[in-house]
Amino acid sequence: MTIADLIKGDKAIISSFIVDEIPLKLIEMGCIAGNSVELVQSAPLKDPLYLNLNGTFLAIRKETASQILVEKI
Amino acid sequence: MSKLLKVALIGNPNTGKTSLFNTLTGLNQKVGNYPGITVDKKTGKCKLSDTITAEIIDLPGTYSLNASSEDENIAVKVLSEKENDNYPDIVIVIADVENLKRNLLLYTQVKDLGLPTVLAINMQDIMVSKGISINIDALEKELNTKIILISTKKNVGISNLKEVMLAYKSISLKPCNITDSSILKDVSLNKKQKQHKDTVKRYQFIKKVLENNYKVEVHRAKGFRAKLDKVLTHRVFGYLIFFAILFNIFQALFTWSEYPMELIDTSFAFLSDWTKGNLPAGGFTRLLSEGIIPGIGGIVIFIPQIAFLFLFLSILEETGYMSRVVFLMDKIMRKFGLSGKSVVPLISGTACAIPAIMAARNIENWKERLITILVTPFTTCAARLPVYAIIISLVIPKGNYFLGMNNHALVLMSLYVLGFAAAISSAYLLNKTLKINSKSYFVIEMPNYKMPLFKNVFYNVLDKTKAFVYGAGKIILAVSILLWVLASYGPGKEFNQAESIVKTEYAHLDGNALESKIASYKLEHSYIGTFGKFIEPSIKPLGYDWKIGIALITSFAAREVFVGTLATIYSVGSEDEATLMEKMKKEVHLDTMKPVFDFPTGISLLLFYAFAMQCMSTVAIVKKETNGWKWPLIQMFGMTIFAYLVALVSYQILH
Repeated sequence: MTIADLIKGDKAIISSFIVDEIPLKLIEMGCIAGNSVELVQSAPLKDPLYLNLNGTFLAIRKETASQILVEKI
Repeated sequence: MSKLLKVALIGNPNTGKTSLFNTLTGLNQKVGNYPGITVDKKTGKCKLSDTITAEIIDLPGTYSLNASSEDENIAVKVLSEKENDNYPDIVIVIADVENLKRNLLLYTQVKDLGLPTVLAINMQDIMVSKGISINIDALEKELNTKIILISTKKNVGISNLKEVMLAYKSISLKPCNITDSSILKDVSLNKKQKQHKDTVKRYQFIKKVLENNYKVEVHRAKGFRAKLDKVLTHRVFGYLIFFAILFNIFQALFTWSEYPMELIDTSFAFLSDWTKGNLPAGGFTRLLSEGIIPGIGGIVIFIPQIAFLFLFLSILEETGYMSRVVFLMDKIMRKFGLSGKSVVPLISGTACAIPAIMAARNIENWKERLITILVTPFTTCAARLPVYAIIISLVIPKGNYFLGMNNHALVLMSLYVLGFAAAISSAYLLNKTLKINSKSYFVIEMPNYKMPLFKNVFYNVLDKTKAFVYGAGKIILAVSILLWVLASYGPGKEFNQAESIVKTEYAHLDGNALESKIASYKLEHSYIGTFGKFIEPSIKPLGYDWKIGIALITSFAAREVFVGTLATIYSVGSEDEATLMEKMKKEVHLDTMKPVFDFPTGISLLLFYAFAMQCMSTVAIVKKETNGWKWPLIQMFGMTIFAYLVALVSYQILH
């Protein structure tokens, strides 16, 4: 499952992603395997997604979110 | 002899870096440029003691030193090139107490550059309410530095920070030693994969450092943000609130700036008259009263609108609301090839396209950024307003009130809608035709909501307004002077012997009638008149005569010059006190004796000004932002040809 499959309020742990598909800025902001992610809110059509990533609140597009594999907790 | 200490200030966005810069430097700050690139260089002076002053360089807000953007490049250059003029004696890394984890990533990178690096942890004032505790002594040991808790909001810890700056020589230069040299040497990894591995290692280090020394009681941390987000990013109310805010901003913009604009207008008219009446008559006085003073007035008149718009925009930014708008609008904007982040440029464009185009810089995706840059000049900028105002009141009858608006207001509003529609639909077309493959990267931080700080808003408005006055002002002023010269001198005997020619041709005239005949004859044969006549055949199908032609040409410097040009054309030499409006009303085509500014011509002019790219300053900034002449030229010709065709069709139908 990926971040794009989470529903509002779900928490998960990032398991893996292909580095070249993810913006470096997102990695710097804490998108790293093992870190936590929570879906705070989604815009209509679930795009973009408003996340709490390892303590940082940010929004990314569904396209990017669906590249990041997670495990729900 | 006082000593100058160079201090670089760096930090993540939304950490209060700008607040700290404003607190330290106050009004002693200036905005310049780094050579060759478009990143603003903000510097300021701060007195540390009787003999030592700090020169503070405010580096662009960044999450890392990985140099993946121009902003980050600058930071790396300043902090690592010893021969660089800006190479600092000391670096202050500012961090947000709530998100130390992420902020320390940048800190470890800066520390590794071997400069005295101080860590200033901001928002000390919220620690208790958020349940945060930090063991400063232990953290100082782990990070090999001095740590100061500050609050830029409550002005806490600033004097401590200054003391630490003075004692910078005592700070350890030891790097964090996180980078694994085997990663850097690994040839199987590309640059980004290396940066990823390095970032992972740094986060591991940070986790270890913070483990025992930084604690947050989680249950206290939530609340306010979640409640506000629930409403402001709601899938129905979110949009309603945004449009309501937008509507109110525009409403306020017009009502608030009306009085100062009127005041500026009359003051400059008075000044011009006074100069004419009180300085010795001659070329210089005329240049001053007919060229320079109206030219400066033409710039100053826009200050109220621009200042008010940036006041509202910076309040929206400061509170954290703008990020929510970007989040809400992204999906919709993407349908047109734009980004949620294009909202800021498109709104700013209603004041002036120059800062608006610069605001497109934080759009990561090149295609979306380029389209934003290309379509922003369609939005109705402040410079179009004086043109619209005068033409609307000339050709549209005021008429009845409809929903509280008269015809003038309705037409003006339609022109705004038209500008926005042109921007959006050309974006759609560009999106379909441009073949640029770039990844749909989009990341935006959603900062905490906070009350805007007065000083930040104030300095932001000041900076933006200054940039407009100096940037666009120079060109507008130069053009007004040039224009005056071209209208006051001419080639050949027609211009130079105008007086005797007119006197023999119109022997029956005398007094004022003769004077004005001579003046208009002179203008017709001046350099600019000759040129206006030369292009007349190409603009006649649009309903314009050579005088409008002159105004059209000079408008290519900046749109508002249209009004100034007509004022110059109709007043050069004439002494009567009639306002420009009255003079324009009286203008007739010499062959048919019908008024020049009739309904078809008026509409054709309005449409031409709505769509044509007539602003040299914008062309210059687009060239800078797109690194070449290709896009500004495509934009200029595309918009202007489109404007010509629309004006042509409308005139031919209405006429």
